[in-house]
Amino acid sequence: MLRFIARRLLIAVPILLGVTVLTFTFANIAPGDPISALVRPGSDVKPRDIEKLKEALGLNKPLPERYVNWLGQVVQGNLGAELVGGGSIAKALANRVPNTIKLMGTALTISVVLGVLLGILSAFRQHSKLDNAMTVVVISGISLPPYLLAILAIYFLAVVPFQLFGIKLLPAGGQVDPVSTLPPIVDELWHLILPALVLAFAGTATFLRYTRASVLEVMHRDFVTTARSKGLPEQAVRLRHILRNALLPVVTVLGLSMPSLIVGAIFVETLFSWPGIGQYAIESTREHDYAAIMGVGLLTSTAIVVANLVTDVAYAFVDPRIRVR
Amino acid sequence: MTAIARPDEGPIGPEVPIWQPTTDLSLRPPLSPRQLAWRRFRRNRLAMTSLIVVVALAVIAILASVIAPYSPTEVDLKAFGKPPSLSHILGSDRSGRDVLSRLMHGARVSLSVGVVAVGIYLAIGITLGSLAGYRRGWTDAIIGRVTDTVMAIPALLIILAVVPLIGRSPLNIMIVIGLLNWPAVTRLVRGEFLSLREREFTLAARGIGARDRRIILRHILPNVTGPLVVLASFGMAEAMIIEAGLSVLGLGIQPPDASWGGDLQAATDVGVLTQKPWLWMAPGAAIAIAVLSINFIGDGLRDALDPRASGVRR
Repeated sequence: MLRFIARRLLIAVPILLGVTVLTFTFANIAPGDPISALVRPGSDVKPRDIEKLKEALGLNKPLPERYVNWLGQVVQGNLGAELVGGGSIAKALANRVPNTIKLMGTALTISVVLGVLLGILSAFRQHSKLDNAMTVVVISGISLPPYLLAILAIYFLAVVPFQLFGIKLLPAGGQVDPVSTLPPIVDELWHLILPALVLAFAGTATFLRYTRASVLEVMHRDFVTTARSKGLPEQAVRLRHILRNALLPVVTVLGLSMPSLIVGAIFVETLFSWPGIGQYAIESTREHDYAAIMGVGLLTSTAIVVANLVTDVAYAFVDPRIRVR
Repeated sequence: MTAIARPDEGPIGPEVPIWQPTTDLSLRPPLSPRQLAWRRFRRNRLAMTSLIVVVALAVIAILASVIAPYSPTEVDLKAFGKPPSLSHILGSDRSGRDVLSRLMHGARVSLSVGVVAVGIYLAIGITLGSLAGYRRGWTDAIIGRVTDTVMAIPALLIILAVVPLIGRSPLNIMIVIGLLNWPAVTRLVRGEFLSLREREFTLAARGIGARDRRIILRHILPNVTGPLVVLASFGMAEAMIIEAGLSVLGLGIQPPDASWGGDLQAATDVGVLTQKPWLWMAPGAAIAIAVLSINFIGDGLRDALDPRASGVRR
């Protein structure tokens, strides 16, 4: 087990290094350097001042040297300063990460619980009406983009109830209502429901699909037939023989669903004005703040690599067969 | 003495129906795998309907400038943000442009982004994947690590950062999406190559002296077409989602240029969202219908091309 973890860690390190190289390269070789992009056309900024600014920011040194300097800072937890505003990127991210975790954590919990339950039901009643309905849910889950779902949810669950019945069913955005009379925690939960549900939709579809496929596969294995023919009650066969084996591989989906969860959060946070790192990424993009985007890119990629690592280890822990490979 | 009971020897137990051929046994050349797949696909009603929808969308996109009632950028001074009416079937936007005409022209952007982006990443993915799977060893190790790395970065973040810098033209968006989404193709092709290169027909090809190039292109690659077609159709839907998403965030194609995402962006304005729903419902529905149809086709293709992969084994 220890050897397995060590091997996985060794694979993760070069990937993380590669991530830093790629983020750095993408942010720096894009045509139109970041400083020129910040200067409004027609403003009387002198080329000499631009050169000075570049020198101050270390932008006139050769790329490899800049990369090493930047990496040295990153390892120490210093992601540099925002090009616009000048605040610390690490601090800005630290302020926003808890909000993103609240949103993504809630969404992931909903997806896992709902997706796995519906997937099991769907598989045990293959070709039933419920199963067919679930197929449609799965295809819409991978088809309907989060921004469309967000707009529909805001319109039909927040705007329309208010327009037609004057009911404030759910808030259309934001994290807290400054004039709310509710206790702060309740108010925040109230604001969390809609974005979390929207974000959970795609994940639910993914978990449903994998669970269903996995249960269907195990259901027809020989040991299940054996269990039935030796007279075990159906419930015991399903719980102890089928589900126990079928749900193990679903663990791997946790890591796999991380990237789409992050991409979904970028849209959901922006459209619901939820102050997380996704919204920060979009704000920085609008301001051409490449340093801040790089910070977000680095943080999210690290999260993805770590999530995959944890998933692999967790899977090896629950299923000893994996460790041998 | 015969062991087989003949029917005329009297009743033996329950009446056994006499076996009758259910298929036409006249001599006809057997159906090719492709014909069989098309047969299975045709029977899938959802997939066939979706195919018709997508073909219709493609025709609309190609003929947009001929069949659209107005130019997508033409301003009707008598209709600023008017709801659907006889002169503007789907209404007009706040600058007096016809929503339906914009949708028709927007189809061009969405579909071409889908096709070109997928084309680019199929090319990259197939090349890298077949190299890694065929050569193995160091080539495989290096390509594998690069693939893992690109997979670890959310492509959307890089697309977001790069597109505003290099210009928000549809062509740039296609290229950037295409350059970042190849890892899934690479993994698939590599995996298939690893197993196919050990099969007898590969050995036979090598035995009669075929070169690597020929083995890869003529013998192994055609066997990967099935899963690749499926992946390409899902990939096309995803590319369209990304393109529209960029525009929704105000970072892609922007009005007055017609695109579904750019028009859907109107919904981020509270006034439009609450008071003029026809402005965002139309492009939203267009995106949903197009993407759903393409994914249903992909689903149908998967069932048709590889019947074993779906549902129960056996």
